[in-house]
Amino acid sequence: MSAVASEASRAGSRSGRRRSKSGWNLLGVLVFVVAGFPVYWMLNTAFKPAKDAIDPDPSLLPTGLTLDNFSRALHIADFWGPVGRSLLVSLAVVAIGVVVGMLAALAISRFVFRGRKIVIVGILAVQMVPLVAMIIPVFLLLNDLGQYDKLTGLILTYLTFILPFTVWTLRGFIVNIPKELEEAAMVDGCSRTGAFVRVVFPLLAPGMVATSVYGFIQAWNEYLYALMLLSQKNQTATVWLSNFSTKHGTEYAPMMAGATMMALPIVALFLLVQRKMAAGLTAGAVKG
Amino acid sequence: MSAADTTTAKVPPTRQSPPPPPAGEPGAKRPRGGRGSRGATTPWLLLAPCLLVLALVMGYPLVRLVTLSFQKFGQSQLWGFQPAESVGFDNFTGVLGDGEFWQVVIRTIVFAAGCVIFTMVIGMLIALLLQRVSGWVKTLVNIALVASWGMPVIVATTVFKWLFDADYGILNAVLSRLPGVELIGHNWFASGPQGLAVIMLLVVWGAVPFVVITLSAGLTQVPAELEEAARIDGAGAWGVFRYVTLPILKPIIVMLTTLSVIWDMGVFPQVFVMRNGHPEAEFQILTTYSYDRAFVVNDYGQGSAIALITVLLLLGVVAVYMRQMLKIGEVE
Repeated sequence: MSAVASEASRAGSRSGRRRSKSGWNLLGVLVFVVAGFPVYWMLNTAFKPAKDAIDPDPSLLPTGLTLDNFSRALHIADFWGPVGRSLLVSLAVVAIGVVVGMLAALAISRFVFRGRKIVIVGILAVQMVPLVAMIIPVFLLLNDLGQYDKLTGLILTYLTFILPFTVWTLRGFIVNIPKELEEAAMVDGCSRTGAFVRVVFPLLAPGMVATSVYGFIQAWNEYLYALMLLSQKNQTATVWLSNFSTKHGTEYAPMMAGATMMALPIVALFLLVQRKMAAGLTAGAVKG
Repeated sequence: MSAADTTTAKVPPTRQSPPPPPAGEPGAKRPRGGRGSRGATTPWLLLAPCLLVLALVMGYPLVRLVTLSFQKFGQSQLWGFQPAESVGFDNFTGVLGDGEFWQVVIRTIVFAAGCVIFTMVIGMLIALLLQRVSGWVKTLVNIALVASWGMPVIVATTVFKWLFDADYGILNAVLSRLPGVELIGHNWFASGPQGLAVIMLLVVWGAVPFVVITLSAGLTQVPAELEEAARIDGAGAWGVFRYVTLPILKPIIVMLTTLSVIWDMGVFPQVFVMRNGHPEAEFQILTTYSYDRAFVVNDYGQGSAIALITVLLLLGVVAVYMRQMLKIGEVE
């Protein structure tokens, strides 16, 4: 009883602040509901019986749990083929991107040489060219090289956006590793390469993993090049989903099941690296 | 999120350490100069593979984009029946003299400006809100934000298509439950402006999380003492924001805004997939218009001219972004 009384008196002095806090919280919950709704509705539709999806008076709550939509989505058009191709392309792009990008990132972050700034500006600028603007000449280039409708051609073109991104991000991670560590190792008798392999590399590994995963996601999500540079029989996962929505547009429940299958692994991967990437992207942006 | 905050909060110490280097920089350069003879070739060797790949997949197409825009290049040139012939500025005069093109340009600018403004304002408001809510609300909002950020664009587009479906879309059904609203069967894509507004919503929904998370990280670095001091001097909430928070966040805001402009001018799949691969005239923006000219009308020359004009339009924004990045990059 006395606890309640003291609580009440304390609340009296702080009630104003508390009331405004709960107002903010309410607003925050509203943001959560609005921002999260599309994701919720995708999952909701994917798992509900297909006939409930076209109910003229739909219920906002789940109406049942079924996996029928998933089997229908897998059935309607080959799913694993496109997924396999997407996987292959993304992994290849990331593998090449990280190795080549790592070397370049080392060059611009650990060496002082003439033309360094031009290279940095160039890589930054290249990153800014909208991909869509490049599709015509890239299409013609691959056509000339006989790489149209080949996965190798797609891998090559994906490097246009994965490589600058990888170089820039890895550079951000490298410059945050104090040079003194390397220098200390070199004083202790390591060669420059030895110092890199034994000192810098272990510190850089988490950054490299994050960069690779993020690059993988970008390659996986790419749509326009995959659509234009591969024929229907070689389509990737994103094109599979977009075709699903244009060709079987009325089958919304299986479509959402397909969307869920595309999104879940990517969102999970994204969750893993998001913190590291967000920190890396902003590091240094605030500077007095 | 708290972990992200601490990671970024930890950045200043490492960032603060660079200031000593300017003083120590000449000293630091000496040992490097000693290694100079080898040091001059090693970085170029390391850069070589990267530059080679970029020259092939980026440099060459860029040059080709420029030359193409001065050529007559259609179906017969594509199959090699006829050599491409130079036509001077014909493609540009053709494009620029077309009334439809100017409509597309204005539509694109309005669309991109809307996306950027809404993204930045909503992002800023949510970031400020997150500072004021309890921990559990913050976690909830962050979960929603990261989920929508991580959603592949194609998936998000498909989901929005479903949300806004004329007959079975949940939005029409929910809105119609409000008294006086009758939207069952309302087709959001019957008119261009309304359809583009839906697409804008989709773009903003996908872009806000990055802005919120970046600004939240930035906000943790705004010294509480400064805000306190401003408040003691009589500044209201708006005054503190306007004269303390905003100036400190300015570098981040400039970066985010320029990036958003570049991204939103380049929006393609959202419009393309939303309109089932054939955007109607009212939905054309510069990217889809260029695509249409090249791959539907088979006029690769004019398509390239439009793409080139888009790139040129963006150059100014890119310059601002680069200046900002160089300011940061130069410290290293």
